[in-house]
Amino acid sequence: MPDPDTPPRLLDLGDTALTVEFGTALDPALMARVLALEAALARARLPGVTETVPTFRSLTILYDPDQLPREALAARLADLLDSPAAAPTPGRHWRLPVCYGGEAGPDLASVAARCQLPQEAVIRLHAGTDFRVYMLGFLPGFPFLGDLPPALHLPRRPEPRLRVPAGSVAIATGLSAIYPWESPGGWHLIGHSPIPLFDASRAAPALLAPGDLVRFRPVSPAEATTIAADLARGRLAPDSFLETQP
Amino acid sequence: MNEPRLRIDQAGALATLQDAGRPGLRRLGVPGSGILVPPLMAIANRLAGNGPDNPVIEAFGPGLRLTALAGPVRLGLAGALTARRLGPQGEEALKGWRSLTLAEGESLRIDALLAGRLAVVAVAGLALPPQLGSVSTYTRARLGGLTGGPLTTGDTLPAGPTPVGPDWALARPWTPEAGPIRVIPGPQDDHFTPEALATFLAAQYRLTPEADRMGLRLAGPALAHRPGRAEIVSDGTVPGAIQVPGNGAPIVLLADGQTAGGYPKIATVIQADLPRLAWSAPGTALSFQAVSLAQARQAAQRQTAELEALLAGTVPLIHGEVDAAALYRENLVGGAIHALAPEYRPLTTDPGEP
Repeated sequence: MPDPDTPPRLLDLGDTALTVEFGTALDPALMARVLALEAALARARLPGVTETVPTFRSLTILYDPDQLPREALAARLADLLDSPAAAPTPGRHWRLPVCYGGEAGPDLASVAARCQLPQEAVIRLHAGTDFRVYMLGFLPGFPFLGDLPPALHLPRRPEPRLRVPAGSVAIATGLSAIYPWESPGGWHLIGHSPIPLFDASRAAPALLAPGDLVRFRPVSPAEATTIAADLARGRLAPDSFLETQP
Repeated sequence: MNEPRLRIDQAGALATLQDAGRPGLRRLGVPGSGILVPPLMAIANRLAGNGPDNPVIEAFGPGLRLTALAGPVRLGLAGALTARRLGPQGEEALKGWRSLTLAEGESLRIDALLAGRLAVVAVAGLALPPQLGSVSTYTRARLGGLTGGPLTTGDTLPAGPTPVGPDWALARPWTPEAGPIRVIPGPQDDHFTPEALATFLAAQYRLTPEADRMGLRLAGPALAHRPGRAEIVSDGTVPGAIQVPGNGAPIVLLADGQTAGGYPKIATVIQADLPRLAWSAPGTALSFQAVSLAQARQAAQRQTAELEALLAGTVPLIHGEVDAAALYRENLVGGAIHALAPEYRPLTTDPGEP
């Protein structure tokens, strides 16, 4: 277990980006440090920083070297890393409906068989987990959710699917995810959620943000259909799946 | 009154609308997209009389056919291409690096690319509403373009008024720098054996036909990871990052490449060399050279200056009879003309991804 205060490594990602690597493992403590540095960098408003990209264990910073030479960026990062981190913004709590199994989750039966569990137990374990959004990536709005209970850990499917339907709820490699878009995919599909995760017309196009907490609520196919219809007609807002804070 | 429009009759292998891209959203998993070869966009727009970042048509391979409707439409053609103007008066053979004003009802067809794998066509006065800050098409999330997807037969683009005066040509064509593709090593060069690192910088690689807007696959000696180091917990990527999956065959990410990935990145192509890499035709041989950040800056500055000089050297075309064409032929004779037909073949599914 690495020391949580180990200074991060600065890794050049070409001539216009730098990755601040806090560690190499999947670890919520590393993610917290990544998000803290991103927040500090946003507050510092350094001219020449064009984007920041938080991932599980590192923060990638895109910069314009004509405005902000690499050495100057590194020096400012050292200052920011030395100064005490501000209290992290608490993540929002989401409760997202999922229709498990059947057509919505074509791999539920094989997952249950490989994990040597009844299908109901797979659902209970998955829907009983408070997942944290580690990062968004792979596709716009695609949330990497962790951690999956060890009883559900599986490698990727040996043969990836060419078409995974949008909304599919999937697991693999100790993580869970929801596909916001139809795409190829190699994870195990255990269910489907009717909530749109990315909408370019919204002020914040991605529904979820790194650091948010997600809990899944099993719903019947009929209820999922009703929710999808209500969302499509504007009778239900995606924000209504936020749990009200106590 | 009808405004002039440009109709897509045939889109060829893949034609999309692109501009300078959609920055600022990588943290949401949205790649920057945008034109793969920025110098071609700048040239096409300059020839058409547009601002440098106006949206353009980026076309993989030949086959694009366009028709002016409801009035004349001026186009800027950037690319080592041969084309034909098709109209009531018959056909006229053309080359690239020039503007072309289509009269109402006339068509342009790109017949062949003499070098490179893509060409860029600017439309004078083209104005389209941006989505999330850009008109660039990102097909995977249905962003940008006309409807989020590639241009297809029957699509029409709103053209502006045609600039008065003659058509224009570049005094000399854009010819990308020769020499090795320059890279900054890392960020995961320590995941590779010393032999793999040496091979990467010494061996010759070839561009395979497998290339799209997300990335391009290279053929050459496999690059071995250190034991147990063939995968990483995903971290950030940028266009130019060279990912090496378990099979050892490198993939260079491009403008639509995903924002994070789980394969070690042996090196990253410097921004100055990414356009020529993305432009090069399948079969092109290349090698890699490690450079410093300072050398990368010098390369970027030199390239900016060269492009400005090229753009400053536009000449009017009189009666379509072209002093520039002679210059152009002269310049092309020395260059390698690839016998391989440019080809578009999307990257196959990457089994390492979700």
